[in-house]
Amino acid sequence: MADLYYLTIEEAAGLLAKREISSRELTQAVIERIAAVEPRVRAYLAMTTERALAQADSADARIAAGERGRLLGVPVAIKDLLTTKGIATTCGSKMLQNFVPPYDATVVSRLFDAGAVMVGKTNMDEFAMGSSTENSAYHVTHNPWDLTRVPGGSSGGSAAAVAAGEAIYSLGSDTGGSIRQPAALCGVVGMKPTYGRVSRYGLVAFASSLDQVGPFTRTVRDMATVLNAICGHDASDSTSAPLDVPDFTADLEKGVKGLRIGVPKEYMPATLDAGVRARVDEALAALEAQGAIVDRDVALPSTEAALAVYYIIAPSEASANLARYDGVKYGFSYQQGEGMWDNMEKTRGCGFGAEVKRRIMIGTYALSSGYYDAYYLKAQKVRTVIRREFDAAFEKYDALVAPVTPTTAFKIGEKTADPFEMYLNDVFTLPVNIAGLPGISVPAGFVDGLPVGLQVIGKPFDEAMVLRVARGYEQTAAWGAKRPPL
Amino acid sequence: MTTIPATRYETVIGLEVHVQLLTERKMFCGCSAAYSDAPPNTHVCPICMALPGVLPVINRKAIEYTVMTALALHCEIPAFSKFDRKNYPYPDLLKGYQISQFDLPLSQNGWIEIQVEGAEPRRIGVTRCHLEEDTARLTHKNDGGETYSLIDMNRSGVPLMEIVGDPDLRSPEEARAYLVKLQRILRYIGVSKANMEEGNFRCDANISLRSFGETELGSKVEVKNMNSFRAVYNALHSEVIRQTAELDAGHRIPQETRGWIEADGGSTVSQRSKEEAHDYRYFPEPDLPPITLDAAYVDAVRAKLPELPDAKMARFERDYGLAAYEANLLTETRAKADFFEQAVAPAKQKGEDARSRYAHQIANWMVGDFVRLLNASSLDIADSKVNPVDLYGMIDLIEQGTISGKIAKTVFEEMFATGKPPAAIISDLGLEQISGSDEISGIVDGVLDANPKAVEDFHAGKQEAVKFLVGQAMRVTRGRANPETLTGILIAKLEAKG
Repeated sequence: MADLYYLTIEEAAGLLAKREISSRELTQAVIERIAAVEPRVRAYLAMTTERALAQADSADARIAAGERGRLLGVPVAIKDLLTTKGIATTCGSKMLQNFVPPYDATVVSRLFDAGAVMVGKTNMDEFAMGSSTENSAYHVTHNPWDLTRVPGGSSGGSAAAVAAGEAIYSLGSDTGGSIRQPAALCGVVGMKPTYGRVSRYGLVAFASSLDQVGPFTRTVRDMATVLNAICGHDASDSTSAPLDVPDFTADLEKGVKGLRIGVPKEYMPATLDAGVRARVDEALAALEAQGAIVDRDVALPSTEAALAVYYIIAPSEASANLARYDGVKYGFSYQQGEGMWDNMEKTRGCGFGAEVKRRIMIGTYALSSGYYDAYYLKAQKVRTVIRREFDAAFEKYDALVAPVTPTTAFKIGEKTADPFEMYLNDVFTLPVNIAGLPGISVPAGFVDGLPVGLQVIGKPFDEAMVLRVARGYEQTAAWGAKRPPL
Repeated sequence: MTTIPATRYETVIGLEVHVQLLTERKMFCGCSAAYSDAPPNTHVCPICMALPGVLPVINRKAIEYTVMTALALHCEIPAFSKFDRKNYPYPDLLKGYQISQFDLPLSQNGWIEIQVEGAEPRRIGVTRCHLEEDTARLTHKNDGGETYSLIDMNRSGVPLMEIVGDPDLRSPEEARAYLVKLQRILRYIGVSKANMEEGNFRCDANISLRSFGETELGSKVEVKNMNSFRAVYNALHSEVIRQTAELDAGHRIPQETRGWIEADGGSTVSQRSKEEAHDYRYFPEPDLPPITLDAAYVDAVRAKLPELPDAKMARFERDYGLAAYEANLLTETRAKADFFEQAVAPAKQKGEDARSRYAHQIANWMVGDFVRLLNASSLDIADSKVNPVDLYGMIDLIEQGTISGKIAKTVFEEMFATGKPPAAIISDLGLEQISGSDEISGIVDGVLDANPKAVEDFHAGKQEAVKFLVGQAMRVTRGRANPETLTGILIAKLEAKG
């Protein structure tokens, strides 16, 4: 038998159902793997080992009682931005160092109901602001394929954990690419569902109109399985769509024959890394070989405005969302100051990292009286234009395909000096958040031993098509089966 | 308090009223909104405590109550509305922003009709009526020099409706009339307790002065910290005097916020200048979808509106022939008006004259003795023991001559104290009027025998002696003798003796 910690969900569920392994054995294998590689990878902020073993035992009891479920007894890692009842949820920030939520996020409780075993909370850029996980207030996470490189971010810990065999799957969140980009850089499958498809209740807000929870898995089929468990309306989230959720595994194997695939030319600029371009071209050829009709000349002309739109809307929303961290109610609290206002200011001054403070200031500025129309309002108008361009493209194409990132994983420390250089990492992913669309990153090979991701983008609430195209491609390559040299 | 001198300045006042809604639950979470007697921080959950990761869900009842209010205030209800975030840091605002409504409120462009004594009724514009959430409550402590504040989050997230009035009010009297009318409407439709002293009805006032004939508004002063209608009236009054003096002295009035200080006859003090005003950085609340209200919804809410105070008052005047003064008092609250209508109902079978007479009698008792007794025992009419039908019954007994109006006072006091029907009280206490000529004749004989001096006086031409003798007879009968019969028999007997 292969290493248990590198099983797919599908394989693990099969073995658990046949009772060839127990959830405790599987969980134990993952915990041991974590002990072996975590000192080098550092994907986790906290382990929940005892609780994981208790959950594993309870899953084993449910299996023994005849219950079956794809996620029943399978170990998962959770981004430390999703609230977990009784377990610290830090958001990678000093501000929430000792914050223990009294409630589970809706996605977390849905997974727990399905019998998931949580092994730990994963590292992330502080409050999900970053593209390398270097903005964590705690430590840097290393890319399992090259420990000198970043795993991407902000959900870098969740991506690295799955890539390194430290979890069978994981949950992250994606505001501008925070799932798809690290998935691409770590060589795993990562998906951001349509805005409104997954409840945000218990997802600590960065930018409310852009945030969406999504999974990291080893295969597209596993992705469909986890989406089946976490998607669907939640009365606690007024922005969650009151729509029925199809079985995402149903159309997976239908293939891409006859599907119309568009490639936006703005996503294949001259500046695109040659190696990444080569992998994407190969992937497109593979899709064509499977019978897909690929059009490489799709125009989404407002793409170049997306970065500016994103860096107005996201910080604006963040400036309000992060206002509650004032040291009065919970979390870090500076108390040596000269009275209330001084303590509140110093709490924020000391509790937040540089990138978070930068974005709060950008957002506060953009919303200020006299600037609102020029920045926030204009950004919302351009957002509508971007959305309409996607709408128009989806009248002609079943899905859009593009690279996920302009380059493969960069060196730790390489881009920390220049925030704008860092922001450019998300140039192919954030338009998808701006338009609220579903997007996936699926492994598409390597450049110099570093993974490359292929992005598939779909119509709102058409995750099934995104998964079908991704699966169609995956069948031709199965890069995801390759393991990092740890 | 000094009176406002006649000046060349016109007073311009606009009121902003915040009203807590009487919904069962808070605005955006499932916590009970009825927190008034609860220990601190017992009506709380992750949402109203603003824990990381929580999201708001709109309380539909609060929307309904706001639309109801808006309709009662003759507002338009736009089909599309939304919530916005109003950003400002303060420890009582747990999220660091308040979910409120900025440019697309639930309703706008309404009016309230007011009337101050001796003037024609006037319509005061209602700019808008929108929905937001209340803040937590801070208590500031000082323990031997160490100062700190306590936060009670029970109030955090209670639905708060803001009613912004146009700057149409021209005097503190009009401002008070506006508040009284607004309070009456809110209580009629049952959306709020609307009690200023309890803090579920709060008022801030914008006031400026300008020369008569001027159409531009002067620089406005916002007055805060008033916790009764009286305080609003006094604060505005004092502000008119202050601003008049400033203008007369040739000073400019700076735009600022001033607080009302009740002590030492009362005055306003500057709290915050225009330069220190907040930039609230409003933007659309991304956690909530916009609100769309179609005509069918608005019609359904309209159908739930009860008869409103103005309409009821007009009907009371018309149908019962009441004076405006009486109709106004009787329609002060729905409970009072309902009591009146229930009391008057049995008179429906009678002819028009009798019905009107009964209505007047009932109204007299209600605005007179009844109110006096209620006030003395701090009771609301809804909590009194008096059954409306019994008030009618008592009037009926007076009409039939079973008791006199004077005896009725005693009967009513007993009804108020015990809730017993009047007939039972009359028989228990032996209060029936004595009208029989034989019985009265016997009593008169006794009185005449006992008061020979008075009889002498009568025959000497002193008419006052009759009064005295009637009084003596009434004393003997404890007021129960029918006065007309008694006086007739007495005079007849006196003349016969002469």
